[in-house]
Amino acid sequence: MRDELDTIELPEVGLVVLVGASGSGKSTFAKKHFLPTEVVSSDQCRALVSDDENDQTVTQQAFALLHDIVDKRLELGKFTVVDATNVKPQDRKPLVDLARTWDVLASAIAFDLPLDVCSAHNAARPDRHTPEHAIKRQHKGVRKSVRYLRKERFRRVYTIGSLAELDNVAVERTTLFTDKRDDHGPFDIIGDVHGCHTELITLLDELGYDTKASPISHPEGRRVIFLGDLVDRGPGVAEVLDVAMSMVEGETALCILGNHENKLSRALAGRDVQVTHGLAESLEQIDARPPEFREKVATFVDGLISHYVLDGGDLVVAHAGLPERYHNRSSGRVRSLAMYGDTNGETDEYGLPVRYPWAEDYRGTASVVYGHTPVPAAGWVNNTICLDTGSVFGGTLTALRWPEKELVSVDAEDEYYEPIRPLVDEEVERPPLLLDVNDVLGKHIIETELAGRLTIEAERSSAALEVMSRFATDPRWLVYLPPTMAPVSTSKRPDYLEHPDEAFSYYRKTGISQVVCEEKHMGSRAVLIFAKDSDAAQARFGITNEAAGVIVTRTGRPFFNDITLTASLLDRVRAAIDAAGVWESLSTDWLIIDAELLPWSAKAKELLQQQYAATGAAASTMLPAAAEALSAAIDRGVDLADVKDRIEGRSAHVDKYIDAYRQYCWDVDALDGIEIAPFQILAAEGEVLAKKPHAWHLDVIDSLIENAPDLLRPTWRRFVNLADDDQIAEATEWWVEQTEVGGEGMVVKPSDSIVTNKRGLVLPGVKCRGREYLRIIYGPEYLEPANLDRLRERSLGRKTSLARREFALGIEGLERFVNREHLFGTHECVFGVLALESEPVDPRL
Amino acid sequence: MLVSITAMATDTVPDATNLGYLLHKHPDRVRSVDVGFGRAHVFYPESSAEQCTATLLVEVDPISLSRTRTGSKGAQTLEPYVNDRPYVASSMLSVALGRLYGSALAGNCENRPELVDQPLDLEVSLPVVPVRGGEEVLRSLFEPLGYAVACDVVALDEEFPSWGDSPYLSVTLSSKQTLQRCLEHLYVLLPVMDDRKHYWIGEEEIEKLLRRGGEWLPEHPKADFITKRYLRFRSLTREALAQLADGLDDTDAADETNDASEQAIERPLSLNDERMHAVVGAVVAAGGGRVVDLGCGEGNLVRRLLAEGSVSEVLGVDVSIGALDKAEKRLHLDEMSERRREQVHLIQGALTYTDDRLRGFDVATVIEVIEHVDEERLDILSRVLFGDAAPGTVIVTTPNVEYNVHFPKLSVGTLRHRDHRFEWTRAEFTTWAEQVCSDYGYTVAFGPIGPDDAATGPPTQMAVFSKGTGGAG
Repeated sequence: MRDELDTIELPEVGLVVLVGASGSGKSTFAKKHFLPTEVVSSDQCRALVSDDENDQTVTQQAFALLHDIVDKRLELGKFTVVDATNVKPQDRKPLVDLARTWDVLASAIAFDLPLDVCSAHNAARPDRHTPEHAIKRQHKGVRKSVRYLRKERFRRVYTIGSLAELDNVAVERTTLFTDKRDDHGPFDIIGDVHGCHTELITLLDELGYDTKASPISHPEGRRVIFLGDLVDRGPGVAEVLDVAMSMVEGETALCILGNHENKLSRALAGRDVQVTHGLAESLEQIDARPPEFREKVATFVDGLISHYVLDGGDLVVAHAGLPERYHNRSSGRVRSLAMYGDTNGETDEYGLPVRYPWAEDYRGTASVVYGHTPVPAAGWVNNTICLDTGSVFGGTLTALRWPEKELVSVDAEDEYYEPIRPLVDEEVERPPLLLDVNDVLGKHIIETELAGRLTIEAERSSAALEVMSRFATDPRWLVYLPPTMAPVSTSKRPDYLEHPDEAFSYYRKTGISQVVCEEKHMGSRAVLIFAKDSDAAQARFGITNEAAGVIVTRTGRPFFNDITLTASLLDRVRAAIDAAGVWESLSTDWLIIDAELLPWSAKAKELLQQQYAATGAAASTMLPAAAEALSAAIDRGVDLADVKDRIEGRSAHVDKYIDAYRQYCWDVDALDGIEIAPFQILAAEGEVLAKKPHAWHLDVIDSLIENAPDLLRPTWRRFVNLADDDQIAEATEWWVEQTEVGGEGMVVKPSDSIVTNKRGLVLPGVKCRGREYLRIIYGPEYLEPANLDRLRERSLGRKTSLARREFALGIEGLERFVNREHLFGTHECVFGVLALESEPVDPRL
Repeated sequence: MLVSITAMATDTVPDATNLGYLLHKHPDRVRSVDVGFGRAHVFYPESSAEQCTATLLVEVDPISLSRTRTGSKGAQTLEPYVNDRPYVASSMLSVALGRLYGSALAGNCENRPELVDQPLDLEVSLPVVPVRGGEEVLRSLFEPLGYAVACDVVALDEEFPSWGDSPYLSVTLSSKQTLQRCLEHLYVLLPVMDDRKHYWIGEEEIEKLLRRGGEWLPEHPKADFITKRYLRFRSLTREALAQLADGLDDTDAADETNDASEQAIERPLSLNDERMHAVVGAVVAAGGGRVVDLGCGEGNLVRRLLAEGSVSEVLGVDVSIGALDKAEKRLHLDEMSERRREQVHLIQGALTYTDDRLRGFDVATVIEVIEHVDEERLDILSRVLFGDAAPGTVIVTTPNVEYNVHFPKLSVGTLRHRDHRFEWTRAEFTTWAEQVCSDYGYTVAFGPIGPDDAATGPPTQMAVFSKGTGGAG
């Protein structure tokens, strides 16, 4: 007889299968020990598909649903209990398969109660009556099952054999060994040591550890995480093991399993393993010590865990890295992937296994820190970083400070082991950063710092995909798209559609005290994204061709079709930056600058000719012809004076309209005649500069303009204290003057750039366009009172909301880029702006 | 908009002011009517026995044009406020002609019925006519109808002579015609010259407009052209077209797309057919199975592949939702049996993104696609296609730029399509293909499509990549 079962321990990330005849008390037990949502029962599924939980004719559909629910829950890592009889192996197999698919542990609880107990329970049920012969058969099945459950790969099997056990047994949830989410560090994570004891001590010293202490410890309580592969190849394997074992024992370090420890463990256990890849060195050094050491090492390596999830789930360490779906999961597959990575048996020209580049696909929120594959230098790829910098091959030994994310490394003192594959390839070619279609297609919700969660609808994403993949600049460059800008509310003045009054009153209402009025240049929006040189471009943007920068339009297309034109324009901008010392003052080797490129005719020539000039030509031909015909009829005494007046009035409007668009056109020859009016420096290494006050931007830009006065065009500006009516009047006067002579108008922005109040993000700017300029937007004759009255009825709500959302997305994308998050994280924001732009909004606003 | 019609005295109609009777408008008065998009006036700048001119002027309300949503899809068809429509002779002028000269168009003249069939010496003056195709089209439309045509091109902007000419002509048409016939000509041909969407006209009305040409249109040498231009903005079925104009060519009058223009350049060879034939052949030679057509467009190749017995499933992928919608219609997916339906799927995707839906196929076809991708993004495309989707066989076709010298319509140095980012020589294509093979473990064989000229090679080049070394390549 076995002892009475008093406790059932169940892994909290796992599947529990209840096995028992009808009436054996499974459902009652489940109700007592588990949350209702954790239990998926066959009766419940029968009811869901057929409205009747006793309907035996829908068994197939009910179980299909049950398996689907289990599948989804396990995918999400939810503790799941299956309440069905499960008395046949073929009933349990799909459940075990699901557990394996999702790499969770499966447990079974068998309810092996006496037959009469089941029958009695069953008979007492008011709503149902399972035939006696069925219960008998099930009861037999349970008996038989109990023997096979372990073979069926249930990792834990419990049998409840009596009513007493059923009543008294306790159920406990256990966390996985891998789950250290409650441990928040701080840590110093160290890559593959491979017996480089000297380098390890130097590195620990560098990291501030007291290496004389035993165990080695840090005065501020920091702890080391060894990423595995402590052993083999190097000269100091035993000493490294001394350090690691004592630190782990003294709780000043954690250590995970590397493939070399795994093999060593097998060798020490007396298994037949090939003594290659430096295992000989380990065995030799271990055997030079007393036998107790060998014992201790065997126990140590045998107890190592495949990976850890730490710091609230923000950090995952695994020797060879680990795709997100395996984090905090448990299976042979997880262990193997964590040790070796994803290999398919192929080998490269050096005979080394080809590994699937999982990091490129990685989209997880947890940072994954790993080693295993020697790289010339540690660098982040999609929120993952490899710290194996080949110390034993004469490279460096590297540590990552967490949560600081600082890298610390020391040079190896020797090449202890000849690398199989050259550590530094002649040309270090970074793989192209791949984006996945799931990063952008379908409905997306993007979390932004400035405007919270923003939804991008699936149809919009669909529309944006075509533009992005066919016409836009390479996403590696395209880390920003400018937001649209809302116009001021419609003016109440009789002769104006837009007037500064509304801009000032808007900002006054939001509680802002100072705004800046910036001249709005009439050209085409241009974003300059560029590095100091092509090496810097490659390092920061991952661009492999020679280009060192791009100029893009507001929809992300290359501004010029001619790449040499772009290159020489950027060269001139770079020269100004060199001369002004801005690379140094911002400690950066790349910049993103928001600007307007003039003349308008440089980019919009086709539009100008096909629409603007054409309309002017048509109107200025037809209206005089009409006036002439009218005059002739009037001369004959026909009463048409009022018609003629109107026609002549329209003619005058058309003349002014033609004057208006001509202001923004001049012929250019290659670069000659092109002007760039920068108004903001959006980002540089380490900082989203768009958050800085506008005065800062204008100062930096002025220093650039001084160095390239022919190319760069200043932006006239005026700071206005909103409490001072004189300043408002002066600014308004300034606007009137410059718009009367053809200026497009101005943009009014909070001086502090980004401002949020309790209603959320304050509009980062509103445009206030000039009276004459608006002829280009609203038509030559829009100022006719009858027309203007109707045009006042414009609804700005959608445009304003769009401006706010796009701005938040733009800043968010920059933030992610500057923080070196995944390319997809930035791309999703840029894509989002493009997707929002595909919303139908009156294009004239 | 403005049109003036002048009648000159002739032997048979010695008094030009008879024009007033025919138009039902008294030469000394103004007739003003609201036509929905503005106010139309008819008046006479001159009226004498020798010469009489009736002018129709419409004061178009520019705001109403933009504020009214036109077209069936609504939202996106807001007209810009800056618009030539108020000033040019378009379908709107036809509408105004119908409203103000309706009786004359119908051939009614109560007071002088005998005038209706009298040819008059007429001169029509249209100061601004948008003519797609310019003077050549203008002449081809009116000269066969017996008009002497005079026209001047309107300059775009005299301050910017480099911008060239506007799309407008100032037109004078002179002919001896009955007024009814002359009005019919204008009525039908103004929208044809303009060749833009018909505003302010319902679909049924378009048919009515065309019927105004009933007596003379079938004999017009450009009847086909006129009908097609007339109807191309309608979503029409072949039947409706056949019903309307018996015997006219009933090919799809769909929008002229860029593809059509590329095909026009290549047409003498019917290269597209040869290409499809060669690609289907290569798919079959590779063993068929599950095929993904990347850049399937409107489904031309998908349809052909489905007809092959060895092809068990086709996934059509395109980046354009519009193209996929058309493909769905053209493949009649909604009418397929369930079994058949399971063999074909259409999805939106782009080769610049990895996509697990593209994995596990036996064959991928990438037909005339790579030249639409910026050359610097081809590394990503190769990686996605060969490295990630990794089908057993990949069939790629692309233009051979060396062959371009054989296309008479193509000027030197220009590519076959506005959207082509590059066109490769055979050597360039080979270099790219070999790099792909070495990067992703494929072997490649090349084949010509179209006449394989000794000096330049074929118009289209095809590469068939096979995964691994033991493949068919």
